[in-house]
Amino acid sequence: MTAGLRRRALLQGGSLTVLFSLSSLLPAVAQAPASAVLPGSLNGNRQLDSWLRINADGTVTMFTGKVELGQGILTALTQIVSDELDVDTRRLQVVSGDTSLTPNEGVTAGSLSIQDSGTALQFACAEARSLLLAAAATRLGADAADLVVNDGTISLARGGKSTTYWELSGDASLRREATAKALPKSSKLHRLVGQSVQRRDIPAKVTGGEAYVQDLRLPGMVHGRVVRPAAPRARLVNVDLAAVSAMPGVLKVVRDGSFLAVAASREEQAIAAARALQASARWSEPGDLPPVGAALFAYMRAQRTADTVVNEKANSAVAATGATRLVADYTRPYQAHASIGPSCAVAQWNDGKLRVWSHTQGVFPLRADMAKVLRVPPASITVTHREGSGCYGHNGADDVALDAALLARALPGTPVRLQWMREDEFGWEPLGSAMTMQLRASLDPSGKVVDWQHDVWSYTHNTRPNDPDGSNLLAAWSLQEPLPVAPARNIPQPAGGSDRNAVPLYDFPQQKVVNHLLVDMPIRTSALRTLGAYGNVFALESFMDELAGMAGMDPVEFRLAHLRDPRGRAVIERVASMAGWKKTAAADTRNPKAPVGSGVLKGRGIGFSKYKNLAAYCAVVAEVSVDPRSGAVKVDRAWAAVDAGLVINPDGLRNQIEGGIIQSTSWTLHESAPHDASRLLSRNWADYRILRFPEVPVVLVDLINRPDEKPLGVGEGAQGPTVAAIANAIASATGRRPRDLPLDGARIQALLA
Amino acid sequence: MSVSLTVNGTRHTSPAAPDTPLLYVLRNDIGINSAKYGCGVAQCGACTVLLDGQPIRSCVYPASAAAAGKLTTLEGLGTPQRLHVLQQAFIQEQAAQCGFCISGMIMSAKALLDRVPDPGEAQIHEALAGNLCRCGTHTRIVRAIQRAAKELA
Repeated sequence: MTAGLRRRALLQGGSLTVLFSLSSLLPAVAQAPASAVLPGSLNGNRQLDSWLRINADGTVTMFTGKVELGQGILTALTQIVSDELDVDTRRLQVVSGDTSLTPNEGVTAGSLSIQDSGTALQFACAEARSLLLAAAATRLGADAADLVVNDGTISLARGGKSTTYWELSGDASLRREATAKALPKSSKLHRLVGQSVQRRDIPAKVTGGEAYVQDLRLPGMVHGRVVRPAAPRARLVNVDLAAVSAMPGVLKVVRDGSFLAVAASREEQAIAAARALQASARWSEPGDLPPVGAALFAYMRAQRTADTVVNEKANSAVAATGATRLVADYTRPYQAHASIGPSCAVAQWNDGKLRVWSHTQGVFPLRADMAKVLRVPPASITVTHREGSGCYGHNGADDVALDAALLARALPGTPVRLQWMREDEFGWEPLGSAMTMQLRASLDPSGKVVDWQHDVWSYTHNTRPNDPDGSNLLAAWSLQEPLPVAPARNIPQPAGGSDRNAVPLYDFPQQKVVNHLLVDMPIRTSALRTLGAYGNVFALESFMDELAGMAGMDPVEFRLAHLRDPRGRAVIERVASMAGWKKTAAADTRNPKAPVGSGVLKGRGIGFSKYKNLAAYCAVVAEVSVDPRSGAVKVDRAWAAVDAGLVINPDGLRNQIEGGIIQSTSWTLHESAPHDASRLLSRNWADYRILRFPEVPVVLVDLINRPDEKPLGVGEGAQGPTVAAIANAIASATGRRPRDLPLDGARIQALLA
Repeated sequence: MSVSLTVNGTRHTSPAAPDTPLLYVLRNDIGINSAKYGCGVAQCGACTVLLDGQPIRSCVYPASAAAAGKLTTLEGLGTPQRLHVLQQAFIQEQAAQCGFCISGMIMSAKALLDRVPDPGEAQIHEALAGNLCRCGTHTRIVRAIQRAAKELA
């Protein structure tokens, strides 16, 4: 008998409160009535068999509302299920993101999937296992406490009689509401959780398997393209539909208001027809985009905003006498998700019912918004997730699904695959918002921060589908009978949207954080991985170095002097040790030194955050080379120390952190989505440059595993610390403080001039 | 109008117009999944296949121009049951996140290793400079290629 079973047996005998308090994975849920708050997504999806089915054929079907985005979530969830249920992963069939089959877990975003879905599956499995054990005890005439489970076979620990989950699948029905009263296993009993299990999805991806929605081929499927103007809110004045309808292979041209799309038998015919439509279309462009360059940020600060004091700490005992004041302004430009594969969807209408295959991050929110636009009941739409290219947040995935549905509606019964072209994705995906941050602080003569203020001006970072007002699907706004754009909203603290990670984790005696949400949205923005955290951590952690420079202190020492959180301190200390950090006073960039000469300049910098102040702790050290003539920055090496609590899959976690560092390096050194008075100007990879192989840093990641702590989301943990580490390294190398992203050659050249 | 192609050792005839980009013929007439549409203008490398051993961007390559040669796609390197050394190495290094760029990466790597059996890191970087990855899997991709090179040596 295992220790886990003893714990379970004890549980079934009562004494729940004490035992629950032993498990760090558990929220406060103990022994409450049926309407109790259940852990993770179990709370909103309370039927056990909505998560798990034991099949008579020796398999287990597990259901999750979360979806694979290339982050390895489905593999991690099978590790959790396998351990909790004592079933080999080979027996597990995973059903993910389907409005007709899976629980509704909203969107797969915010580094929450382990917390939401992992926790739900863990408790569902623990409960299913205890039900199966009870049924086995009856069948075998034994005490459940004397039974052990090995890959679904239940037997007496001392040997002898046995049965299986598969034989018992009829006896122990999971058609019941979960109670969460069966306690999951202690981390000491985990076999696969904590192991670098290989991803389930990779073999198909390296052998040309059908791995993506782009690869879906339905019988009779035809190809669609959409035709959009060059400017937001442009209206279609006229277009020659007849000429295009006569082109080879063209099956249907749809015009609905300013929405224009074409279907053809062959993909290249659809592309040719879309180009012909574009050539004949006349649009009227409102020319209402905000100014560019530095003027954009001045403009943003002058616009109508909804202001919220998101955090305030006053302390009348702290005297500001003798303190030195510092104020600094930072900016972050509009940036693109820039997925490698443009968005794609397949849609098919049959007898008024719609089937959609989509790489959306949320099948249920997409369905709800589509139902509103198409004016049909949600139940008449089924949305099934299929992987796409990595999205890094809200890209064109949802929009292309509506585009496909609108075109397919004109071809009843025919499956239509609508693939956005590269210029559609760059032209129409919601961008990560431009942001401007002002930081103010006072430093006392001993080098302590005595007050701190962080103001952030930003457009919204969340315009995902299923807003209660209007629609957040692109085509909805340009139909003959349009729906309005949903109003700008901020995600409230503690996670925050624009103000994500604006609240310092440091212990300052007085602080104030103010979010200025711009109410009007001339350029469409939404969630780009980390939302406001990338801009806020850039500002906050740059400012910490500026203050350290003023205090004449080492950046690591200065951070530790202001930080009590032991887990935060641990990642900072660990990364400093990994990088062989040498204690040196931070550059005092208030009075830049004389011109810097012509040789390559080297520097190191550190950045730190606990993502959302709720998820993984991460500290990064970056080492950069700066060519003072061209201004070009190369990140040579980066080190990261991460504490994500209980680690489910160490290699998967490293992969996320390595990727986060490299992606953030790309954002930081190169990326800015340009516009003019009327149009967004990126159309291809020449207009929107991203990091290439020769520029990629060497990356070293160290994990601090804490098996007794709950797992913390990690998918967005590294981006904030990385931008700050790079900026601080440039300041250390050059003696000048970069405050405006991206840190490209022209910017750095100007900084050094 | 039609075009005939030899793909992974098999001859296929497609009804496509001769100037159709090879990518659409491979994907829609021959059932190839690996070559991906990424940009349509030869900037990202997701559509890379080999023509007589040389990497080409199938999104801009007219199908008829490939008619006389031998085309190899990722499917022609190995299968899930009989993996090519490169495919095996990408699995061992878990060198993918979303994986959308990976077919193109492996095909570019195949062309490199055929030419330079023991490439240094800088040579790998140079050979893949035209293949874009957005997830930031670059360092694993390099490790996978180095692992494959060692195993082929």
